[in-house]
Amino acid sequence: MSEPSTTRRSTGAGFGRILVFVYGVFALSATGRSSVQLLTKASEAPVPYALSAFAAVVYIVATWALATDRRSVALVAVGIELVGVVTVGAASIVWSEHFADATVWSDFGNGYGYVPLVLPVVGLWWILRGSR
Amino acid sequence: MSTLHIVLSLGCALVLVQLIVLMVRDRLPGRITYALLALLELGLVVQLVVGLAMVFDDHRGVSVPTYVGYLVGALVILPLAAGWSWAERTRSGTGVLLVGVVLLPVLFLRLHDIWSTHV
Repeated sequence: MSEPSTTRRSTGAGFGRILVFVYGVFALSATGRSSVQLLTKASEAPVPYALSAFAAVVYIVATWALATDRRSVALVAVGIELVGVVTVGAASIVWSEHFADATVWSDFGNGYGYVPLVLPVVGLWWILRGSR
Repeated sequence: MSTLHIVLSLGCALVLVQLIVLMVRDRLPGRITYALLALLELGLVVQLVVGLAMVFDDHRGVSVPTYVGYLVGALVILPLAAGWSWAERTRSGTGVLLVGVVLLPVLFLRLHDIWSTHV
């Protein structure tokens, strides 16, 4: 990646400030959710609980990278997030028997008003905007 | 929803309208907005105390960690939003506060759902 020019604004500034806050909220809620799931009932539904923990890590990395203007890290994290929400969303519908309990990404983020599906698209647009 | 949650949601709606007006006119939040946010936060402290008393008294099978998690989550949203928006005194900074007050009623609904599904 080329060095960011001095005129280019940080990914955490302007609209990015709002985006980072929304990512932070998801990092918090995914961390909270997976901690409760893993600490209280890990054996009940191992697949979704592991995915919850993975989603939490992805959100934490994305929040940190966007806030500190680490574009390549942010791009990878948000890319994984998009692939994750689409894959887990589809898998949770096709193999619903393996998804006894919900993750953030189940049913394409239905339990969170589909924000998890919209967020990575907005994130990718924001990171790539003006960087070419 | 409980009376407290209805009052708090109305408070969020009031601040939301004010923040939208500020953003449209490209003004920064002033004393009145921060005073209202502080009042809301006070209400959230009351919610925490009431919620903890409820969940540790007779929780009827409600998941205690989940319920407490949402209570604490609701408590930290506004301070985090205010701190994060303070670092950038622009329309976007005000937008961060807006996300915070939109989020709170969602958390109230979640708390209500968690509680009522076990009654």
